[in-house]
Amino acid sequence: MTAAPTGAAMPGKEPVGPGASGQVRPARVANLLYTDTEEELRAAVRGLLEDKAFWRDVLARTETGQTYDDKLWRSLAGEVGCAGLLIPEHLGGAGATFREAAVVAEEIGRAIAPVPFLGSAVIATTALWAAGDTALLPELASGAVTASLAVPFATGTRTRPDPTVRLTVPPKSGPKPGDGQADHWLAGTISGVADALPASLLLVPVDGVPYGLYAVRTSSPGVGMRPQASLDMTRQLCEVHLENVPAQRIAVGQAAEQAMAAALLAGAGILASEQLGAAERALEITVAYVKERRQFARPVGSFQALKHRLADLWVAVTQARAAARYAADWLAAGFGPETTLAVALAKASCSDTGLKAAQEMIQLHGGIGFTWEHPAHLFLKRAKADSLALGTADAHRASLEVLADLQPPKASK
Amino acid sequence: MTTETSAATDRDGLRAQVAEFLAAHDPHGADPLEFLRARFDAGLAWVHYPAGLGGQGLPRSLQVVVDREFMAAGAPSNHPELNGIGLGMAAPTILAHGTPEQNQLWLRPLWAGEEVWCQLFSEPGAGSDLAGLATRAVRDGDTWTVNGQKVWTSSAHMARRALLVARTDPDVPKHEGLTYFALDMHQPGVEVRPLRQLTGEAEFNEVFLTDAQVADGDRIGAVGQGWAVSMATLMNERVSIGGAAMPREGGMIAPAARTWREHPEKRTPGLHDRLLRLWADAEVARLAGTRLRQQLAAGQPGPEGSAAKLTFARLNQDISEFEVELDGPDGLLYDDWTMRRPEGANFFGRTSGYRFLRAKGNSIEGGTSEILRNIIAERVLGLPKEARVDTGPWKDLPR
Repeated sequence: MTAAPTGAAMPGKEPVGPGASGQVRPARVANLLYTDTEEELRAAVRGLLEDKAFWRDVLARTETGQTYDDKLWRSLAGEVGCAGLLIPEHLGGAGATFREAAVVAEEIGRAIAPVPFLGSAVIATTALWAAGDTALLPELASGAVTASLAVPFATGTRTRPDPTVRLTVPPKSGPKPGDGQADHWLAGTISGVADALPASLLLVPVDGVPYGLYAVRTSSPGVGMRPQASLDMTRQLCEVHLENVPAQRIAVGQAAEQAMAAALLAGAGILASEQLGAAERALEITVAYVKERRQFARPVGSFQALKHRLADLWVAVTQARAAARYAADWLAAGFGPETTLAVALAKASCSDTGLKAAQEMIQLHGGIGFTWEHPAHLFLKRAKADSLALGTADAHRASLEVLADLQPPKASK
Repeated sequence: MTTETSAATDRDGLRAQVAEFLAAHDPHGADPLEFLRARFDAGLAWVHYPAGLGGQGLPRSLQVVVDREFMAAGAPSNHPELNGIGLGMAAPTILAHGTPEQNQLWLRPLWAGEEVWCQLFSEPGAGSDLAGLATRAVRDGDTWTVNGQKVWTSSAHMARRALLVARTDPDVPKHEGLTYFALDMHQPGVEVRPLRQLTGEAEFNEVFLTDAQVADGDRIGAVGQGWAVSMATLMNERVSIGGAAMPREGGMIAPAARTWREHPEKRTPGLHDRLLRLWADAEVARLAGTRLRQQLAAGQPGPEGSAAKLTFARLNQDISEFEVELDGPDGLLYDDWTMRRPEGANFFGRTSGYRFLRAKGNSIEGGTSEILRNIIAERVLGLPKEARVDTGPWKDLPR
């Protein structure tokens, strides 16, 4: 990563708006294109996913007891270095930026690959790094440990998630402070956590004064992980239950809040790129289909009613790409107010476009698109779930009230 | 690295050239036209044009360096706002398809603002189906005689020359029988009448051509190649509508956001939701335009230009519609229905009511949104063409 968020502006805390200071003019010019290095990384990830994440296998896996593909994740971690992409080189990672992470996310979105890249390599990694951790990140970098930030996937970026976990007194038996690295005990339940099922490490926000962020090994006694039937079974959620579980404190007070805010902002920004990749792939598959499918003795793709819908979708994808690249580029530059604005725009645009693409995919495929045997439903479920995750499009647009100085009407008396 | 270094060198070099030029030519001298002609001859007019034609073959992105220096010196302007068609469409078409003699003859007076250009394309019977046009040009030796009617011609009442596409062979399929000319507008066979539009004013004209004359030397491209040349012109038009660089909150969203901030009493929760959506859409569209220009600058021209024009039209209409509603009771009023002849189009000017009405043209002018969707579907996405019934000789097509 190129800039440490420690000491950087808290996302959302510094409103910028054209109000008193005139037009908002970001100080740097964002590069909205893909670099050659990024294209090389894309080719490597795409090659691997085309080989190992064929959609029929992805679909079949959703009906097994192991919805995440550990083997695929190990390949992505080992062969392409995806697990430690954002981790600095001196901690064993690749030292890449959010620009490269966004490209990997696009490819994972295209394949709807069931791997915990977003949860572990982006969100948890950003939380640890923003909290100044140097002990756990090397474990993540190697891919030996997969981590998840234990918050509901629907948590937005604007408000501090309300922790449902509290500190408890140590149990009479079991590990004591000084045993290993555990220094605290936690209890509570968090529902709807993404990428926790394959995780061996949970980062748990804990209520109290002050607010804190704690690390919990899922192998510890008292950790319960209950898989939840999820709208998107390619990123199955789970309910985390902690019953007097030993934990290690990572950050407390403002440092913990900053780490959480940075992690959720990065997550939303990179998820936008994942949504973009899925939308682009849905459009490609649909365009290919309407060229082949014949009705009334001609390809259905020659009918203007369909052509115009696909043209509109292509335009929407073009816009979403600009927004997603803008967010990735600003995330790579740090966590100032412009980054917050960029992520809000990207998540709003890509949520809407991702869902539109999946819905058009189903409608323009006709009957076959409504079946279980066609991949369209994988795109639909991923798109709808992603649009609710890490702040809805509406929630992100609402952040413009402050970021762009577009205040709501005064509450009526 | 090397590219950045050479760009920096180019920038410094250009600043030095402008400084040298200004030392030799008084920007506040008596004859602004002489100054502009000299600037053209010095290759400081449009730096991306070739040497000898007002430029130096540099990247287009460097033009802003030169413009800034001349503006800072208070140098005379060539008033690009009065010659949008000339600068944005005629010049690139002449450069791409004109002869060396035509380039020498037309580009300097065009750039300097001496000669305004207009575009004689659309006809009452040929709008979206431009290739079906019926204006005839008949050759007699070195002269062509033109008869027909053109419509939606901006600037025709001020123009010295026109880009004209006319039918020269009715016996072949419609796209093959067209030829492209530069027409002298100052001649008896050309009659220009204002065309009043729904805003009350007349930006556009109808142009009646009755035995108008064009020398064969003023033909641009080969006989029968008029369609290919026209496409070059139209592509430039679509880039110039909707492809312009603007700051955040530029364009149609600016007055809407300003009214919102200045008039808290006009706000409602429903309008607030709409404004947030429109502001985000406008900003994302702006970023897409920025990305398009970055692609062009990096030598990766993409097909996104047609997307920019589609989005521009939709946003202008949605935002201006919002604005009129935000104005509440004032939205029922209009500033002025008097027939006027504005000097150019101003999509973002006057009042919200004017902007609301003018925006309706944005999805029609320069290629309707429906035609643009066809272009995207067929040329970008590669979808099959609609079954055609107009492939025979033009003269046999039902009209």
